[in-house]
Parts: sequence; C-alpha cells; structure tokens
Amino acid sequence: MSPMARTAPVPAATDPAIIRNFCIIAHIDHGKSTLADRMLQYTGVVQSRDMKAQYLDRMDIERERGITIKSQAVRMPWDVDGVSYALNMIDTPGHVDFTYEVSRSLAACEGAVLLVDAAQGIEAQTLANLYLAMENNLTIIPVLNKIDLPAAQPEKYAVELASLIGGDPDDVLRVSGKTGMGVEVLLDKIVRDLPAPVGDPDAPARAMIFDSVYDTYRGVVTYVRVVDGMLHPRERIQMMSTRATHELLEIGVSSPEPTPSKGLGVGEVGYLITGVKDVRLSKVGDTVTNLAKPAADSLPGYADAKPMVFSGLYPLDGTDYPVLRDALEKLMLNDAALVYEPETSAALGFGFRVGFLGLLHLEITRERLEREYNLDLISTAPNVEYEVTLEDKKVVHVTNPSEYPSGKIAEVREPMVSATILAPNEFVGAIMELCQSRRGVMGGMDYLSEDRVEIRYRLPLAEIVFDFFDILKSKTRGYGSLDWKADGEQVADLVKVDIMLQGEQVDAFSAITHRDKAYAYGVMMTGKLRELIPRQQFEVPIQAAIGSRIIARESIRAIRKDVLAKCYGGDISRKRKLLEKQKEGKKRMKMVGRVEVPQEAFIAALTTEESKDKAKK
Amino acid sequence: MPSVLPLGDPAPSDGLLPQQAADGAAERAFGLYVHIPFCAVRCGYCDFNTYTATELGGGASQDAYASTAISEVEFAARALEQSGLPARKLRTVFFGGGTPTLLPAEDLARILRAAIDTWGIEPGAEVTTEANPDSVTPESLQLLADAGFTRVSFGMQSAVPHVLKVLDRTHTPSRVPQVVKWAREAGLAVSLDLIYGTPGESIDDWRFSLETALSYGPDHISAYALIIEDGTKLAAQIRRGEVPEIDDDDHADKYELADRMISDAGLHWYEVSNWSATPEQACRHNLAYWRGDDWWGIGPGAHSHVGGVRWWNVKHPTAYAGRLGSGVSPAAGRETLDAETRRVERVMLEARLASGLAVSTLSDDGRHAVAGLIADGLVVPADAFRGRLVLTLKGRLLADAVVRRILPD
Ligand SMILES: Nc1nc2c(ncn2[C@@H]2O[C@H](COP(=O)(O)OP(=O)(O)OP(=O)(O)O)[C@@H](O)[C@H]2O)c(=O)[nH]1
Ligand SMILES: C[S@@+](CC[C@H](N)C(=O)[O-])C[C@H]1O[C@@H](n2cnc3c(N)ncnc32)[C@H](O)[C@@H]1O
Ligand code: SF4
Ligand SMILES: [Mg+2]
Repeated sequence: MSPMARTAPVPAATDPAIIRNFCIIAHIDHGKSTLADRMLQYTGVVQSRDMKAQYLDRMDIERERGITIKSQAVRMPWDVDGVSYALNMIDTPGHVDFTYEVSRSLAACEGAVLLVDAAQGIEAQTLANLYLAMENNLTIIPVLNKIDLPAAQPEKYAVELASLIGGDPDDVLRVSGKTGMGVEVLLDKIVRDLPAPVGDPDAPARAMIFDSVYDTYRGVVTYVRVVDGMLHPRERIQMMSTRATHELLEIGVSSPEPTPSKGLGVGEVGYLITGVKDVRLSKVGDTVTNLAKPAADSLPGYADAKPMVFSGLYPLDGTDYPVLRDALEKLMLNDAALVYEPETSAALGFGFRVGFLGLLHLEITRERLEREYNLDLISTAPNVEYEVTLEDKKVVHVTNPSEYPSGKIAEVREPMVSATILAPNEFVGAIMELCQSRRGVMGGMDYLSEDRVEIRYRLPLAEIVFDFFDILKSKTRGYGSLDWKADGEQVADLVKVDIMLQGEQVDAFSAITHRDKAYAYGVMMTGKLRELIPRQQFEVPIQAAIGSRIIARESIRAIRKDVLAKCYGGDISRKRKLLEKQKEGKKRMKMVGRVEVPQEAFIAALTTEESKDKAKK
Repeated sequence: MPSVLPLGDPAPSDGLLPQQAADGAAERAFGLYVHIPFCAVRCGYCDFNTYTATELGGGASQDAYASTAISEVEFAARALEQSGLPARKLRTVFFGGGTPTLLPAEDLARILRAAIDTWGIEPGAEVTTEANPDSVTPESLQLLADAGFTRVSFGMQSAVPHVLKVLDRTHTPSRVPQVVKWAREAGLAVSLDLIYGTPGESIDDWRFSLETALSYGPDHISAYALIIEDGTKLAAQIRRGEVPEIDDDDHADKYELADRMISDAGLHWYEVSNWSATPEQACRHNLAYWRGDDWWGIGPGAHSHVGGVRWWNVKHPTAYAGRLGSGVSPAAGRETLDAETRRVERVMLEARLASGLAVSTLSDDGRHAVAGLIADGLVVPADAFRGRLVLTLKGRLLADAVVRRILPD
C-alpha cells in the first residue's frame, strides 16, 4: 500500500492547484459506496479498525436496504510525487429517484469517476449519470469495478466503455472496491487527470450550496463549494437569492466527521453552520456571499426537484395528525425534493398529500416517518399529476383522484417521460411489447456494443412509475435497466374509476386510469376489497364505476353468526373481557357509511405488488 | 369451566365478602354449583377444568373429593354468614364437570346432603347433574333421584358415529335412549346436550342427531355450536390439516335447523342455546347465571357470584384440596363490580334470554341503536315497543354483535 499523505493540506490555506473535486457516479449497486470505503481507508481518514462497509451510508434505512439515498462529501489527503493533495470526494446515490442528488453533487466537482460493474456492464443510470456529468463539463475517469468477481468481463466492458466515452480500452482502470485492488492507482489518476478548481481568491466570496441538512443538535448544516474568495468563521454571510443574513458560527470540512476549520478558500468543499433552524433559509442552489463584501452576481443554481408521484399520507390513529405534521416539517428540512399540503379524506380523515420523486422516495419517506417519529401510516395509491381543462377553459391540476372535476371536461393532459432502457439485444422484442402495452412511442434504438442495445421510448409517467420496472426486470431476466426523465405532457383518454362500498364512494380507492385499463382496475380493486373487508351484519355490494356506469361489482355476503353459545359454567368475567376485546377491535375500524373497514384492509388494498416485493428485499 | 382463569384482584384467605355482596341479598335467589373435575378420558374439543385419573397420578384425589368438596360447603356457609349475608335456602343445585357421574353416586349424594343440611332447600328446588351416557346405570340414577336430584343432563352431543368419533366421545349412540329411559324410570327430568358444526358433520348428520334426540322426548335440549378452543387437541388437528376447519355459515344453517326442528317438536327457546318443553323445565340454575343471581361454586376452578362480587377457585384439584385442608379460602382471585360494570354484564347476559332485556337498562346511545336493530331484523319489533329487547332468530345468531351495538362507548 502506498504511504498515506504525510501532511494533509489545511483547509483555508490550500492552494487550489492541489485540490481535486470529484464525485463517484454509477448505476445502482455498481459499488460506489464500497469504492468510497477503500478511499477513506487508504487516505487514512478512517482507521481500518473503525471501518465498516458502506461507511458513508449512515442512515439506518440506507444500511438496511444497502443503498445510498443522500450524497456525502468527504475531504481526504493524498500524496502524489511528494506533494500532498486535498481530494474532495462525493459518493452519490444510484437509484433513478435520486438523480436530483447526483446533479447537485456534480455542480461541486471538476471530475467524475464513472464506475461500471465489470460483471454487468453499462446500464441505464450509467448512461444517465454520464450525460449529466458531460452537461456539467466534468472530466470523466472511466473505471471498471468488481474485477474480483469470477463473472467479471473486464475486456468486454472496457471496450464498451471506451466506445461510449471515446478513448482507448486500455485506459479504462480496473479496480475492486472490495479487495482494494487498483484503488491507489485510481487515486493517483484522479490527481493527475482531473483539473484543479479555478477561481479568484481576491474576489468577493461566492460559494454554491449543494446540500442542506437539518441536524437536531447543530441546526441546519449547509454544504458548499467555494468558487471565489474565502469564507471565515464569525463573519456575516448573506444568501444571495433570499438576502437573508446569518453569522457563520462554524465552518469546516467533513473528513468524514465534521472538522471545524479557519475557513474555506477557492475550490474547497465544506460545511457551514449558522444556527438557522429552517433549511429553507439555506436553499440548495443558492449562492453564499460575504455581507461586508458582497458579490455582484450569484452562481447559476439548479432547477428545483419536481415531484413526480403523489400519495396521501394518513396517520392510522387520527390523533397522530399533529405528530405527522411536525414530522413532515422536519423531514422536509433534509429533503428539498419533498412537497406536501394538508388534505382530508372521507375515509381516512386528516392527512397530507405529499409529492415524491418516485416510488422508492415515497417508500423511504414513509418508512422514515414511521420509524423516526413512531407513526403508523396509511399511504394511498400513488398518482401522477394530471392537468384537467374544463369546457369553460378552467384548468385544474389533479394529484388526488378525489379532486378530479365532475364537470364537463374538455381535455386531460398527463405527464410524459422519455425513458431509456438498456438490455441485451435478445430482449428487444419483449421490451417493445411491454412499452407498447404501456402506450409508449419508440424514439429510437442504438447498439452500444454487439449485444447490448439502448432503446428509447416516450411513455406516460403513470405507466412506468409503478410496476413497470419490476416487469421489465422479469421480462429481461434481470438484465434490463431503466432510466427516465420528465418530458412534457400529452392529451390522453383518461377516466376516473370510483370504488363504492354499499353505494358509498370511498375516495381513498379511486384511481385515474387510461380508459382501456379502467375495467382491469375496477375488477382488481373490487376483488381485493372483497377479500379484505370482513363480513358485516348486512350484505355489502362493492362496485367500481366510471361516473354513473358500473364497470365491476362484487359483494360481501352478510355474516350470519356472531355469538358464542357455549355454556361457560358461570365464568361471566371471561365473557365480559371478550366483549371488551371485541369492542377494542371495533375501534380500529374505519367507518365507511355503515361498513366497518379494518385499517389493515386499507393498507393491504393500497399496497402495490411492487412495494410488497421491495419490503421483502 | 374454561381452563384459563380471568385476571382479577387477590381474594382474601378468609373468604369474607365486601359489604356490597350482602346488600339486598334477602331478595335474591341462592344456588350452588358443584364442580367435579374428573373425566374418564379428555375429549379432543374440551377445555373444561377436568382431569383424567392418569393426569392426577392415581385415583386418590377422586376418592377423597367428596370430603374435600364438603369442606368447601362448610367454609362457604361460614364465610357467607360472617360477611353478614342472611341465611338462604337453596333454590337450584347443579353438579357439573368434568363428569360428575364418574364419582360413585353415593359421593354425589353425600355432597348434596351436606349442602342441604347446611343451607336447607326450597320446596320444588331444581337439582341437576351432568352425566356422560356411559357413566350411569339404572341403580346409580335411582340413587341420585332418591338423594334429591331432580334432573339429569346427558352429554349426547351427536347421534352419528363419525361425528362422535371426531369429538372423541366414548359412548355408542344406542346407549343414549337406554340412559334416558333409566333416568325417567328413576323420576328424573332429562336434558340432552348436543354439539353442532363438528368438522365433517353434514347438515343431514345434524338433522339426524336432532331427530334422534327429539325422538327420546327430552324435557330440555341444549345445542351448542362447537367452539375450537385454543390448546385443545382438536385445535391442533385442524391446524395440522388433519381435520377440516369449521365454518360460521354452516353453524348458522345448523342453528336455524335446530331452532325449527326443536320448536316443531314443541320445545321453546329460552336462551340462545337452550330449549325446554315447558317454561318450568327451563334450567333454572342456568337462568340464574344469565340473570345475575347469587350462587356459590364449589370445587377447583369453580366460579361464584354474590351481589356483584365474582370470584373463582384455584384450578388444580391438588392445590384446591391443599387450600381447604389448611382452612384457607380456595379462591384464586376475585372482582368487585361497580354499578356500570354490573349494568354492562346485565345487558350482555339478559339480551340472550327469550324473556329479553328491559330497554330501560340501556344508556341513551344504546337506546338509539335499537331502531337500527329493528330495521336489521335483529330484535322483535313488538317487544321493543313494549320496552323489551328480545332477539329474533337472526338476532340470536348475531347476539354478540347486537350486544356490541347496544353497548356503545
Ligand atoms: N465482489 C465485489 N462486490 C462489490 C464490489 N464493490 C461493491 N460490491 C458489492 O456490491 C453491492 C453494492 O455495493 P455498494 O457500494 O452499496 O453500491 P453503490 O453503487 O454504492 O449502490 P447505490 O448507492 O445504492 O447506488 C454490495 O453488496 C457490495 O458489497 C467489488 O469490488 N467486488
Ligand atoms: C361441562 S360440559 C360437560 C358435560 C359432560 N362431561 C359431557 O361431556 O357430556 C357441558 C357441555 O358443554 C358442551 N361443550 C363442551 N365443550 C364444548 C366446545 N368446545 N364447544 C361447544 N360446546 C362444548 C358439551 O355439549 C357438553 O355436554
Ligand atoms: S367428558 Fe365432558 S367434561 Fe369431560 S372431557 Fe369430555 S366434554 Fe369435557
Ligand atoms: Mg452507495
């Protein structure tokens, strides 16, 4: 192993020439966090005895699921040719829901390590993240990872990678994040190949906020990349878009624990603490400057993350509503992508309509709310946002089927995405069939190599955001990968399907679907409810309807026996306890008209097959 | 007795009762329950507090049981008197089990005599024993009748061999008409216990059992839907898939059939699971449970109730005998009910009776629910308008649901 840096460059006194800022980008699970582990270890910022796998995945939920959700920036020293360099490494998430995290991280870097699993080859997020990095003018270092795997095919994929980004297959580094093989060579290459940051040390300070996190003990922690000038502790800073001013209580770098410094200079990446409690005052994409010597122009920011999927979140126990409200408020401090507003449901009571980047984001948010705030939640079937134009030209944005206007509708527009699917060419037929059944229009197809194709489709978001990926995976025996991004909208023949219990509409079960799929939804949901709702003292018809037209029906037969008839030899106490228990059970029921629906039925009816599978994983 | 005892307060070792128990006692009937915790074999569905001789490690406790039970009779008399309760004659006595008739008839007679000697007995009092068809003889029945028993309740359960087999019953169907005849000859009124809804029992099987039972001309019939009790052998057999599951709809069909056939035979329902030939032949001891009268329960695991105080004895015969042997109350725990809990119990229990529940017992919310019950066909409208809540046939099948509706929080 090569020697660790002897004298690590000190923050606030580091020549930009010896700084290298890079992020690690890849398709999900290609080993970014594991590679980051080796870097932390070899550069000496984490001692071997403190090391644990995916060190930077700190949230419980990240560790349990084995995926990265939040980017993490770390400063590490590294010596090359007797010079000590300061490397700022950002480990990014790979899942498509968190592409937004990646794009923010890219803006803080000059280079990117593009990691490709040598047993998998290029996949959809490899491409998506590569294009993002290229848009940001980053220097790319292509690297094949997991070369220790017996199934690794480095020769083959080196050719694929080289032909994708140009260059010689021999220049593609081969590493193993697991064994550490090749990692030091990679660190050296980062120093040699990536440009040093440039900026004007004498200009008024300008630092780009690329992340903002709420910490119970320290308040808001803001992560910045300094572009020009210098920031010092104790001075007053200003957020250029909001004009809010704060005193810099602490400034420092993560390596990987927060380490206060005397400041941050040109090209450095670190954190600021101002004592502010509200992350919105420290907005991602904003520029920080010095109040006494303010910059004239702010840095170009990022577009806000746009929620794609909406779902109602309701506390199982109605009295938990205020807890949920506070919890969402706190969580939003850490998650700029989260948006929500209060809503009420006849069936579920008070809750919130929450916008998410995708289903994984929904699931993770829900799980964090439940776990970190001790809540039991029901989440309603996820929806995309529709734009409904009425005949009187009024436009309504609908994220909840129960808000679907009942008046004369002129036109409904649905959000569209452009999707990229990568897979071995033998699956092209299956993929096209799937996309066609999802109302997709093919945009084109390219061979990335002899046997790997890239297929592009324009599809309605609603068609791919829920179960599409799982089906794609099974149709391609696990080899297919998917990436998508928003791509305008289109007019579509959409209808709202209502579900009625005993003639009473249950808003939580309504759905907006394409007309061709309304029937299938109606049959599925009425069938599910028939299984889930216990028999009542009367027959309960379950119907699915479009407007006043019934498209599917089921019925729950009336219960006929609810009596314990045995002679209890005078043990009346036991009988009374049983009654009390039954009444307790009744309290956990939601009343829909006269029908008692157990909470579990709501949860089960609203659980998609997909999220069940995820939970298993 | 169900094998799980309720949780309650500790019971005092002298058996003394709080003042509440004595209030108004002179106006209330007093009965005695005597539990006989022995069976020849344990039936697969049964979770009553009963033991086979092998389980108890020999017949010793069986031999001494009558004496032990009599010592509780004496203890009871003392505790009631010292708690300020007036002397009351027995109106009903019920020997239940277990299998009371597994003890020699002399033992049962001896216990009954001790009770009568202690409290006296009202003229026309009802004295019942449960009996398994294969544990009585003409002689033993005669001896019981001579000792003052007036009534015998046979555990017939079914007339169909394959059903009896699933129930682990040891008697043959042909034994039942014999024992009924002997009982009659001894001058005893006869009740038959039936169980319906046993796994594998068809509706025709059940019809046959009903026809057969009715053909013996019983004075009284109890028909119980089989309950799969946790921890029983039958529960395990169902869990393992060796025996089919039971089904509520099947139970409902069979209850309706039972009600129709038993009524057609001229008996009348007076409690959800009980029918009698005449109102006088209703089991008055059983009614005392549903009406909240006073009774003392003798024996391990037996339950007692006196004026809103309920208690229950330790379950195991050895522990029970040990307590009494050292002059200590055999009670394991007790509950002193407050006025609201007594009201709730009253609603819960009286709603099951053909005589019905006074609507005035209900809270405002409970009364509001009555209209819905009429609309749903669960209570008899005419009775409801007269201020009594009486279940319809449909209502009897949904009695627990009705009780929940008239006892809202
Ligand atoms: N054999 C082998 N396995 C590796 C290597 N690198 C990572 N893995 C395994 O690959 C899986 C994913 O690794 P991570 O480091 O969590 O991948 P990631 O790219 O950070 O994943 P996301 O953050 O969710 O996108 C884990 O099971 C790792 O143990 C490697 O070099 N060799
Ligand atoms: C106290 S038991 C025992 C009487 C007597 N040992 C016998 O089995 O014939 C009284 C009655 O309760 C009924 N019974 C017992 N266990 C039952 C169960 N699990 N479900 C329904 N009825 C039951 C039977 O009809 C039985 O005759
Ligand atoms: S004989 Fe009666 S008490 Fe004894 S085990 Fe069988 S059902 Fe239970
Ligand atoms: Mg990761």
